[in-house]
Amino acid sequence: MYLEPLSNAVGVSGAEDEVRRIIRDALGDHVDEMREDALGNLLVLKRGTGPEPRPRVMLAAHMDEVGMMVVGYTGDGGLKFRAVGGLDARVLAGAQVQVGPDHIPGVIGLKPIHLLERDERERIPKIESLVIEIGASSKDEAKKAVRLGERATFLTRYQELGPTATGKAFDDRAGCAVLIELLQGEPLPFDLYGAFTVQEEVGLRGARVAAYAIEPDAAFVLEGTIADDLPRKEDVSPTTALGKGPAITVMDRSFIADKRLLRLLFNTAEALGIPTQIKQPGIGGTDAGAIHITREGVPSAAVSVPCRYIHSPVAMLNLTDLQQTIQLMRAALEKWTP
Amino acid sequence: MKELIKKLTEAYGPSGHEEQVRALIQEEIAGLADEVQVDALGNLIALRQGDGQGRKVMLSAHMDEIGVMVTHVDDKGFLRFTRIGGVVPPTLPGNRVLFANGTVGVINVEKGIFDAVGKKLPPLEKFYIDVGAQDKDSVPVGVGDAAAFLREMSDLGDRVVAKAMDDRIGCAVLIETMRRLKKTPHQVAFVFSVQEEVGLRGARTSAFGLDPDVGIAVDVTGTGDCPEDRPMAVSLGKGPAIKVRDSGMLAHPGLKELMIRRAEEAGIPYQLEVLPMGSTDAMAIQVTREGVPAGCLSIPCRHIHSPSEMVDIRDVENAVRLMVTILENPIVW
Repeated sequence: MYLEPLSNAVGVSGAEDEVRRIIRDALGDHVDEMREDALGNLLVLKRGTGPEPRPRVMLAAHMDEVGMMVVGYTGDGGLKFRAVGGLDARVLAGAQVQVGPDHIPGVIGLKPIHLLERDERERIPKIESLVIEIGASSKDEAKKAVRLGERATFLTRYQELGPTATGKAFDDRAGCAVLIELLQGEPLPFDLYGAFTVQEEVGLRGARVAAYAIEPDAAFVLEGTIADDLPRKEDVSPTTALGKGPAITVMDRSFIADKRLLRLLFNTAEALGIPTQIKQPGIGGTDAGAIHITREGVPSAAVSVPCRYIHSPVAMLNLTDLQQTIQLMRAALEKWTP
Repeated sequence: MKELIKKLTEAYGPSGHEEQVRALIQEEIAGLADEVQVDALGNLIALRQGDGQGRKVMLSAHMDEIGVMVTHVDDKGFLRFTRIGGVVPPTLPGNRVLFANGTVGVINVEKGIFDAVGKKLPPLEKFYIDVGAQDKDSVPVGVGDAAAFLREMSDLGDRVVAKAMDDRIGCAVLIETMRRLKKTPHQVAFVFSVQEEVGLRGARTSAFGLDPDVGIAVDVTGTGDCPEDRPMAVSLGKGPAIKVRDSGMLAHPGLKELMIRRAEEAGIPYQLEVLPMGSTDAMAIQVTREGVPAGCLSIPCRHIHSPSEMVDIRDVENAVRLMVTILENPIVW
């Protein structure tokens, strides 16, 4: 189970190298072909056992995480930055971060409570006013340590707490972990393409070109998605909930799932006694949004591991949900026909 | 044509759930095409080979309508929902919706209609559907189920009113064109597309697959002839509209001029259309692959995206005449 090294690895959109390396190493002996495309997508093929011409199924999980990019320096040796992907300024003030390929530790400054005016306590600091401190005492020192354009992410280490795991970037290292497990299994009758995509968080960009190259007959996207089940609200469905099994998307803002694939997933889950939940319709988007309208269209589905607090320094998932996602996908793929 | 329009508009088919409309259209076009296919996303594509001297033409009218999808069934059996496509909240309270399994529901908003009068309409989260269930367990639909407006067509003589005129009227125009088109030099693909209302998704993929030389969408357009309408030089009854531009597309000038020329040659009334907000399948077709000269033949329509969209039957008839003459003749500029 690769969730821990994947979660700890640094891979903000556009610089997914560390994540890609881990996945390459994990899959080397388990796939027939492996290549990196022009954008950095890692595309692998597990050839099928059936006679040619074989149908193709694409499984996608994105390697990138939301993060920050250094865009300037302050006179005192701090780093100015902006968000890469959907990062909420509220989670930044006071965060511990790691900067650049050498993982230089940094801190995003926070004005201590003693010094706050009443109205300041209510205000969310704007990202433009936040600064990453790396211990440099001058602009020149900061410039020597970190170049403009280098990325930063949270300095969070993976930890398991009872039935749950906590860590950064479960969106979508959870999906990557699931995909690795599926690709390490036995070959199927059809050709199984694994696409570890880049730049999902900034516009589903990797998936678009990956699907164009693969030309699949069907696609499943594996994600770590929003779980907002806490605080528990009276008579309101959460987007998804921890401990209720893999979440299946019927419709989100980026695509409407293919009915046949939905039937396959729900029937398979029922037959195996795997609990499932329907992700609240109309929320969010995934690589499926780009994949399903590639070329002449690709019937697509999305299966997600529920994660609380995504796009923050620490997310939380239930390890049983993760295992059940792997089980469900493995069984569904065994039953899939074109 | 009114019978056909009634059948089409009353059918159930929110975006992503076009099966029933597709089946209906397949029946209507039986025997009228050389080949009929359904592609990966559900687009219905009917091909007419032509005599090989012409161009490859893609026509597109979308089968889907706007609707709603259930997001939650509450403890008392009321349903919360999200939108499918551009549903307009003020049109909802008091309206009925139909689910695929035949369940009928009424939409209302928290605190009810009387309290909502004169106040700002609350967000969609405060709306609900009432299927008249005794309790939560007797609700016959669930999370993920989609519904569309439930409304019969009304025949007002020269004008007809129905839900989903957008774009079942375009589908009707294509079907009627297939019936009347005897000879064409062109290879014509009549595409009844899916998921237009959620982002022109069916048009994008079917255009990629067909790789046409020319694309013409048939869809509704607004009018400027109702009280305090935004200025628009299109009115009901003055003829089908030839699109010049909308918010997503500038029509290919050569194609647009050709459409005008054919209308004038055949003595068919027409209007020129600039639509300030909204677009059609033509927008997606235009930027497919290396690009496709694209245009749109529009049916003027009042009250778009309400449950009561109104068209003039003479505009529809003239749209068919214009489409037929465009296809019977060379497409050159």
